[in-house]
Amino acid sequence: MNSKVLEDLLYSKDHEWVKVEGNKAYIGITDYAQHALGEIVYVELPAEEDEFSRGDAFGVIESVKAASDAYIPFGGTVVEVNEALEDSPEQINQLPYESWLVAIEIADESELNDLMSAKEYEEFCSKED
Amino acid sequence: MHRYIPNTDADKKLMLDTIGVKSTNDLFIDIPEEIRLKRSLELGKSISELELSRHMKELISKNNGTDELTCFLGAGAYDHYIPSIVKHLAMRSEFYTAYTPYQAEISQGTLQVIFEYQTMICNLTGMDVTNASMYDGPTACGEGAVMACEATRRKSVVVSKTVDPEVRKVVKTYLQLRDIAVIEVDMAEGVTDVEKLKNAVSKDTAGVIVQSPNFFGIIEDVTEVEKITHDNKANFIMYVDPISLGILKKPSELGADIVVGEGQSLGNQLNFGGPYLGFLAANSKLVRKMPGRIVGQSQDLDGKRAFVLTLQAREQHIRRYKATSNICSNQGLNALMAAIYLITMGKKGLREVATLTTKKAHYAFNEITKSGKFKPVFNKPFFKEFVITSDIKANEVNKELLKDSILGGYELEHNYEELENGLLMCVTEKRTRQEIDGLVRIMEVL
Amino acid sequence: MKEYNQLIFEASKEGRKAYSLPECDVDMASVEELLPSEFLSDEELNLPEVSEVDIVRHFTLLSNKNYGVDTGFYPLGSCTMKYNPKINEDMASLSGFSTLHPYQPRETVQGALEVMYNLDKMLAEIAGMSKMSLQPAAGAHGEMAGLMIIKAYHEKRGDLKRNKIIVPDSAHGTNPASAAVAGFDVVEIKSDENGGVDIESLKAVLNDEIAGLMLTNPSTLGLFEKNIKVIADLVHEAGGLLYYDGANMNAIMGICRPGDMGFDVIHFNLHKTFSTPHGGGGPGSGPIGVREDLVPFLPVPIVEKQDDGYYLNYDLPHSIGKIKGFYGHFGVMVRAYAYILSMGAEGLKEVSETAVLNANYLMNRLKSHYKIAVDQICMHEFILEGLKENTLEVTTLDLAKRLLDYGYHPPTIYFPLIVDGAIMIEPTETESRETLDSFVNAMIKLAEEAKEDPKLLKEAPYSMPVRRIDEAKAAREMVLKWSK
Repeated sequence: MNSKVLEDLLYSKDHEWVKVEGNKAYIGITDYAQHALGEIVYVELPAEEDEFSRGDAFGVIESVKAASDAYIPFGGTVVEVNEALEDSPEQINQLPYESWLVAIEIADESELNDLMSAKEYEEFCSKED
Repeated sequence: MHRYIPNTDADKKLMLDTIGVKSTNDLFIDIPEEIRLKRSLELGKSISELELSRHMKELISKNNGTDELTCFLGAGAYDHYIPSIVKHLAMRSEFYTAYTPYQAEISQGTLQVIFEYQTMICNLTGMDVTNASMYDGPTACGEGAVMACEATRRKSVVVSKTVDPEVRKVVKTYLQLRDIAVIEVDMAEGVTDVEKLKNAVSKDTAGVIVQSPNFFGIIEDVTEVEKITHDNKANFIMYVDPISLGILKKPSELGADIVVGEGQSLGNQLNFGGPYLGFLAANSKLVRKMPGRIVGQSQDLDGKRAFVLTLQAREQHIRRYKATSNICSNQGLNALMAAIYLITMGKKGLREVATLTTKKAHYAFNEITKSGKFKPVFNKPFFKEFVITSDIKANEVNKELLKDSILGGYELEHNYEELENGLLMCVTEKRTRQEIDGLVRIMEVL
Repeated sequence: MKEYNQLIFEASKEGRKAYSLPECDVDMASVEELLPSEFLSDEELNLPEVSEVDIVRHFTLLSNKNYGVDTGFYPLGSCTMKYNPKINEDMASLSGFSTLHPYQPRETVQGALEVMYNLDKMLAEIAGMSKMSLQPAAGAHGEMAGLMIIKAYHEKRGDLKRNKIIVPDSAHGTNPASAAVAGFDVVEIKSDENGGVDIESLKAVLNDEIAGLMLTNPSTLGLFEKNIKVIADLVHEAGGLLYYDGANMNAIMGICRPGDMGFDVIHFNLHKTFSTPHGGGGPGSGPIGVREDLVPFLPVPIVEKQDDGYYLNYDLPHSIGKIKGFYGHFGVMVRAYAYILSMGAEGLKEVSETAVLNANYLMNRLKSHYKIAVDQICMHEFILEGLKENTLEVTTLDLAKRLLDYGYHPPTIYFPLIVDGAIMIEPTETESRETLDSFVNAMIKLAEEAKEDPKLLKEAPYSMPVRRIDEAKAAREMVLKWSK
């Protein structure tokens, strides 16, 4: 599978991308992940001000044949929720890197250190195939 | 060679040759010797159809069904009329020998039937969504309560004691194993004690379950209950009799969030307690918390209308231990019968069944309580069941009635100590004036 | 045949009717006078108005869009789609059974209780268990009840920390779901290359928090778990119990018994092994059986016999309670009882022998064109991994959809999850060699088409009432009922 990976983002082992802006970060799922899930039909997102620790499930992404929890790669508080996705979840298939799920205020920036660079993530995906 | 196994010895020989083994025994080599059964099962010899029929007829000669007895027994299973076409159509084996419609293109029959069933359950209850049916009313109620807990993330459910005891038992089983607390609220004069309910409901309450018409047949005024429930942001769960919806207000008008009930009355035989079907309907915002199968409309490659199982990502075969429920079947055949029944009765017929039932039940109530020998226990509006009492033990009354081939009422003291000698009588549209008068005559001389 | 694409609601016409009811023979006031107006609906019911002949044709034409075991070969793996004998339907619909009210006095239902009592005994004998409960409504319901018994057993012994159930990754989806519903945490263990329990993985997770292990034997790969005794001993030594998922019982009747393998609690699927029809999704029936010391935990009531006849016993001190209304799916029990009587001990053994023979024959004949997941003698079913020469383009789903055009119900696909693109085939014993040969021919033709014209498969089926359906549209738009 030939999935797109963007240079300037960070990546998690759960196939999420992270875009850091100051102490806030946007989280979405990668092109690889949306391919694997297939046609996405529903997303369940948390509410603003919800708090999560690293590894918590913060939402659910559902396709016709699968439902997958979205795990948060670092702890923090939800500051923005992309509610547009609730009405048109197919955006995630079409534009995975523009379809952020939530923005998180990062609690502990050192937790970002465990994320992968684009290059590392590409390698990671090639092993998954 | 058995009649249900078509392969002959010659076939079997040829097949063994193709596989490259000498005998069928060689196919079982993986089974260790120590665990093999070294004798025949003690089940007797194969019997023919004729012997089977004879045996079964002997067994049913020890039964007396509601075809022989005049039935005044209800309490959760009802002797309503079933139109002839229900069995003729449900017995089409393209329906009943099919599996769950996973392969939609070859299962449009089953899928459309369920879609029509869903439509009618939604229309009857006034709710937005329903599923393809549950095992029965009690388990539907248990699952409905679990839904309420999932939706509110709370772990406590309040149940009125006027809910069918059988339903309450199953609800308790379903909730206790998930560590959900069940708080039962006493009754007052045959209906839910609203004051006590108010004290029992709190911000920890996920759902409040009320039955109407309740176990005693009484139509509950749920106005206050609904308000208390929603003031605490809990879900209002109503357990209803689908036949009563022919004349009574829809649960949606009464503010229900989840509606459950026993669908047996809709064209299903009594069958000594099963198989029946449970229905479960809800507000659209609860759809993803709903257990079981759901059919949705879509289209095929050519743009033609088509039906398919949908929202499957909630279910056990995908979500495994995170599924909304472990249920993996529905009562497909029973839902088919319910659908045929509802279509056959239709807009006017269901209303007429409910009307006839109400009138006959009230006639019977008036006649039974006329002389004062049998007294009404509650003075409340009722649908098809009512409670009476007398100086005579309930089981004595029933014993005498049975001598005249009458199936008397449900003996309430098993479940409600305070209702000693109480009998829950049920009258459906099937009972005639003659039968009711006959019942009264016998009761008068007890 | 004429195409039919109408919902009954679209056929509705004001004034038509299909019902007939007697005139009211009691002299009573109107409902409006009998009941307070605040309880009464002032809306008309939203149900169709059609004639009887409309309904008969509607359902007949809909049935033509369906496929049952009576239509043809139905090799759905793990579902045991065997022929459903007609006499069993006759027996279940005898009015002496079908018109019984569940709360009738015991002296009026002795025949029904006798059926339940006898069926209980027969199933216990087939399972090698002490006693059954016929109450569970389906396999998944039986699993839930069985796991509750395991929980209650540990709790009774005061062993309160056993909150985990081990489930192999090859298990049916209901296993982990039932364990979760019963309040357990699920510990998934990997299978070995043959789909069996990996003994080392099992040992690694066994400890004093394990309540039990759920297992299907033969496994979902259609192979008998040779190490079952070792597994049972390991689990028992660690203080856990063994739960048997009876989905694959059709392979071993009269040959070996779950009780003798070391299982403590089991469920059967009467709608699989014992030929009761699947009903387009149900009703099923999932009786559970237990070993002697677990009998007090069974759901109430159980059927017992005393001098003056059969009765329902509600007095089980440690019962897990009631899991369903009344006593289970009695109508389904009658069918299974009739089936077991028709088969007899030898007949049931022949069922399993022939089911296994049929599966091995099919597997051998398909070998040259398809990859077999585990190429060894199988039990009653086997798994294909897809085409031998995979073109990459053609998926398991495409093969299944194209098979529809050849007049077969496709096998189970994408299960078990441990085999990529699995095609799970269970022929059952009620199919003749000729039927199996025709199916093989169709499968071979399919393999050729996949090589020569993959696009043909991608867009299949062509001969069904509808073509491939847009499932994403259904899930996104959620049209779950008809409206004008």
